[in-house]
Amino acid sequence: MLSLRSITDSFHTWLLGLVGDTWTLVIEMVLVGVAAIGLFAVLGLILVIMERKVSAWMQIRLGPNRVGPKGMLQSTADTVKLLVKEGMTPDGADKLMFNSAPFLAMIAAMLLLAPIAFAKDFHIWDINIGVLYITAISSLNVIAVLMAGWSSNNKYSLLGAMRSGAQIVSYELSAGLSILTIVVLTGSLQMSEIVASQANGWWIFKGHLPALIAFVIFMIAVTAETNRAPFDLAEAESELTGGFHTEYSGMKFALFFLAEYINVFIVCAIGATLFLGGWMPFHIGNWEGFNRIMDYIPSSVWFFGKTFFLIFVMMWFRWTFPRLRIDQLLNLEWKYLLPIGMVNIVLVTVIAILKWHF
Amino acid sequence: MIEEIGTTEQGDLLINVGPQHPATHGVLHLVITMNGETIKKIEPHLGYIHRSIEKMCESLTYRQFIYTTSRMDYLSSHINNHGCALLVEKAMQIEVPPRAEAIRVLMDELTRIASHVLWWGAMAMDLGAMTPYFHAFRERELINDIMEETCGARLTMNYQVPGGVMFDLHPNFRQKVHAFIKQFKQKLPEYDELVTGNAIFKARTQGLGYLSLEDAVSYGVTGPSGRASGLSCDIRKIHPYSIYDKLTFEEALHSDGDTYARYLVRMVEMRESLSLIEQLIDNIPEGDFLAKTKAVLKPPKGEFYTRVETARGELGVYVVSEGATTPYRIKFRSPGFSNLSALDHMTRGQKIGDLVAIMGSLDLVIPDIDR
Repeated sequence: MLSLRSITDSFHTWLLGLVGDTWTLVIEMVLVGVAAIGLFAVLGLILVIMERKVSAWMQIRLGPNRVGPKGMLQSTADTVKLLVKEGMTPDGADKLMFNSAPFLAMIAAMLLLAPIAFAKDFHIWDINIGVLYITAISSLNVIAVLMAGWSSNNKYSLLGAMRSGAQIVSYELSAGLSILTIVVLTGSLQMSEIVASQANGWWIFKGHLPALIAFVIFMIAVTAETNRAPFDLAEAESELTGGFHTEYSGMKFALFFLAEYINVFIVCAIGATLFLGGWMPFHIGNWEGFNRIMDYIPSSVWFFGKTFFLIFVMMWFRWTFPRLRIDQLLNLEWKYLLPIGMVNIVLVTVIAILKWHF
Repeated sequence: MIEEIGTTEQGDLLINVGPQHPATHGVLHLVITMNGETIKKIEPHLGYIHRSIEKMCESLTYRQFIYTTSRMDYLSSHINNHGCALLVEKAMQIEVPPRAEAIRVLMDELTRIASHVLWWGAMAMDLGAMTPYFHAFRERELINDIMEETCGARLTMNYQVPGGVMFDLHPNFRQKVHAFIKQFKQKLPEYDELVTGNAIFKARTQGLGYLSLEDAVSYGVTGPSGRASGLSCDIRKIHPYSIYDKLTFEEALHSDGDTYARYLVRMVEMRESLSLIEQLIDNIPEGDFLAKTKAVLKPPKGEFYTRVETARGELGVYVVSEGATTPYRIKFRSPGFSNLSALDHMTRGQKIGDLVAIMGSLDLVIPDIDR
């Protein structure tokens, strides 16, 4: 079978024969960088159109249906519009911080693409501390939001940024604890090894109830961490008009917007990798025929299918629930999710030591 | 003197909500003094949509001034028209035909449902749930279509005139109202599932923005907001007009006085209005729809006052007549203005996010406040 691994390997050998060691590395790095930026843009466009279509479907509307077939080019047209718009900076704003915040948000989101396994043997960077890297880099996002809110010199922005700071910092703990349960079960921080450990079943099935609890906590925590409804207090349209990005317009706003969607994709990809087996196909015990058929579906389809399913769930949350209040939001984290997560990790440790998992 | 932008001398944050803000649903301007996210004081600034309707009415005849009232509380324009028509009929002692009375009540109740449905969607949207808004518009659209056929308008109806109604019902009216009743009965439980029973919605509204019975009376809060505090203030019950005394319906009362109670009262009112429509729709008497009146209306010298129950509360119409063709002085007691006055009292010490919920539960329509 033509696998991605053989394509990349043969390309590498061909390039190595053509130019030297150093240049191969440089060319490959440039190619990967371009691919990452391309993926970033394409994913953003796809997710925006997906969100609009899903919301339209839930709200008995048609959604975008004029530009391109079934409105599929609507977000492209919107991006073009945002690109040619004037990038305004308010008079009272701190110019350096105001203008660099959207780029920081984007860079933080892009860095997170690196350790994710998109398909079998297909990473940008299979670092051995992948999970730690992800939890570390995802904290950078809050700095961008705080910078944007503070430098805008707008009270709505400031309130939004302060809410966002409190929210992201709190919910990172729960997200980290639930990621840790899988690390305890797997015994590795490397994404490829975590995926490989799920060859005979996904952790959500193998890890008994604690894995399921960790998955639920993870989904709640990352919804909060990406500032999406019902935890979209940083934007809170009906309260703070636009929250931290009230003063942003044109491409600078678009970068925040794109970064939000890329963050959604990344957290869902991490969720799919840790709990739903990443690119591993769905297998049932000794049903040989069934497992064989599942193996024929390409690994990238499995990965993106699971990720987009989780993204759909997050969109479902967004278009169904009202927004929480800031104190209720923090109560939920500190009084419920965090204690449950802590008990849960003790349970998982016991399960892992006694080898009770399948 | 408080600075409009910046902070007060005590170091509190001053924030201007509106006149253009997603949560005010119109051009309401609130100057809010905050300590962090906690509200210390709210000062509503009015006048952004003042059209001087009361002064305008003084130069319009008794037939003409009714048209301006559709633009006050545009979500219950039928009921505003009804109140003014009642006043002229009271002053001139015009007998309204029974068919016209039945049509008027039907239209009033349809308007009330349309208004409450829109409020339901807007309230959920204020709390961050976008989807209910679109579901609400689906049902509201049916009512608008019914209105459009019979009255020729979808928002500013001007259908009820002194002596009855302007035109007879459209032949499709009964069938369309029946279709609406059927669909709305199906969808009401869906509304409850989506919003009423939602844990987040309950947490955001229960025990919030408490208004005691005494405060409701002293601020003059009427309508569903007053009834949620236990104030029996439904004009249709306590001072029946038209044929409301012949119909059976319950006054939706609640004793909690919080935002959730105000929400529940309106949900009950939708059901009660639906039952009123069901009672009437197959029992519309035959006959004239408009009483014969003189071409020029000249009420006798004196002062006249009528009140009706709009979707937001008690609308009072007060006219001083000098025996001329135009009123000498006219004054509207609009429910929105009194309800807004209680906002400061209800929101002190709450979070800014709660302000939106409390304001949503008061169901403010800004042109009604400013006139």
